[in-house]
Amino acid sequence: MRRLILIAVPYLWLLALFLVPFLIVLKISLSDIALSIPPYTPQLDLSEGWAGFRAFLSGLDFENFAFLTTDDLYWKAYLSSLQIALLSTVMTLLCGFPIAYGIARAPHEWRPTLLMLVILPFWTSFLIRVYAWMGILNTEGLLNQFLLFLGVISEPLTILNTNTAVYIGIVYTYLPFMILPIYAALEKMDESLLEAAEDLGCSRVSAFWLVTVPLSKSGIVAGCFLVFIPALGEFVIPSLLGGSQTLMIGKVLWEEFFSNRDWPVASAVAIVLLLILIVPIILFQRNQQLQREAEG
Amino acid sequence: MRRFSWFNATSLTLGFAFLYLPMVILVIYSFNASKLVTVWAGFSTKWYAELIRNEAFLDAAWVTLRVAVFSSTLATILGTMAAYVLVRANRFPGRTLFSGMIYAPLVMPEVITGLSLLLLFIGIGLDRGVLTIVLAHTTFSMCYVSVVVSSRLTSFDKSLEEAAQDLGCSPFDAFRLVTLPIIAPAVISGWLLAFTLSLDDLVIASFAAGPSSTTLPIKIFSAVRLGVSPEINALSTIMIAIVTVGVISASLISKRAAVRQEAETRNAERG
Repeated sequence: MRRLILIAVPYLWLLALFLVPFLIVLKISLSDIALSIPPYTPQLDLSEGWAGFRAFLSGLDFENFAFLTTDDLYWKAYLSSLQIALLSTVMTLLCGFPIAYGIARAPHEWRPTLLMLVILPFWTSFLIRVYAWMGILNTEGLLNQFLLFLGVISEPLTILNTNTAVYIGIVYTYLPFMILPIYAALEKMDESLLEAAEDLGCSRVSAFWLVTVPLSKSGIVAGCFLVFIPALGEFVIPSLLGGSQTLMIGKVLWEEFFSNRDWPVASAVAIVLLLILIVPIILFQRNQQLQREAEG
Repeated sequence: MRRFSWFNATSLTLGFAFLYLPMVILVIYSFNASKLVTVWAGFSTKWYAELIRNEAFLDAAWVTLRVAVFSSTLATILGTMAAYVLVRANRFPGRTLFSGMIYAPLVMPEVITGLSLLLLFIGIGLDRGVLTIVLAHTTFSMCYVSVVVSSRLTSFDKSLEEAAQDLGCSPFDAFRLVTLPIIAPAVISGWLLAFTLSLDDLVIASFAAGPSSTTLPIKIFSAVRLGVSPEINALSTIMIAIVTVGVISASLISKRAAVRQEAETRNAERG
């Protein structure tokens, strides 16, 4: 009996607040927009029994998905989200790997402190960390003042409200997600393998590429997915740091819902975004599983 | 042991400068006397005074705090139960769906989670307010709690629990007296994680909140959209200070606990 309660309570909670809402999104994505409250038809009317259910089913169609293909805005938004997420993942890797590598090489007694310094920003509000860049990247902001002072530029650069600012924002906020898994992989590495490689005639650089990088692959892959997956649906960064020409699908969904109040199209946008995410999510899960098997 | 090279030192210095400079600048400029956030006009704490007088922010902070306490507590209870089920109950109908529902919210884009919950709340006619935000936050943070707790449960020796039951404990007592004290650090860090996730969340709260229940992130977001303001800098500084003190003291406490445990084991071995 107790066992039943133990299973049933979290199970029912997740069914009611995760699975059912998701099915509602799926249903509304197949419905038509209407001038009513809530603003879509058909409504499922169970009081009419089977006939009501059939009428409900026949009212569903793929019109909203077809609509997504006709308007440039949507596929451009998906493509540019993919591009931004992909490029910023690569940039985060390029910034994160040397940091993780540095921590793994640092003297033992420094490591807990260094790790805490990586984790601390993660506990600090995401919104505040994005906001901090608004004052720096401004036309009159500190970065421009600094560059003008150095004489590198003669006129302030426009960085805020461009895609460049979005890239900086993503790299900055997701950097800890890249550093931690790579560090975890590097830390487990057996140092004597590098010495063996060098004894066998490898230069330090080729030992790095032939030994260190392959051995930290699982951490690199995990870090990349941990950045790529949330970056693809990102809303806060493009809306605060990006400009009007920054197209990201999270922002489009938000505007479709809150500004245009087109719930069926917003739902269809969400479903397509999920379909795009399924592939990286499955790959990520597989990577995690392989890693667990390798350890266990 | 390999040498800690100049390359390592440079990348660490640059890396941590990149991570911390923006926040340091934010903190410094919160003490700026000028309304213009980019021009330094001398030290002043006037923005903190204005912040305390700003009732809208205080109200939002109060809503946020209540939501965070309730949702993280609920999420810890549900998440611990879910972790226990995931690790200990190997076979029951729908187990795959259950573990899927635990992991899916972790990778689900926030906009989709928020949208789907809002559509549910409207569908069942639930008025949006503090309650709906608590429900939404509990749902996604219980999944984080259950991941944290289940990793601790996996590494823990099941025979201790079985010994307690052999000695006459009911399964519930065995959980309360043996399992819970051992997994307590994970449960506490799960609670802290759920608490900060709730404090932080903008996107899901925006969907789940009604007009009468604005949380602090929603308030900050709408203020920040209009541009940088010294008041927000002051507010951010307070939040950064709270988090820093919290994280550092939590790590000191866990370090001391580890040292004490080590000493106890050594004493026990010397016996």
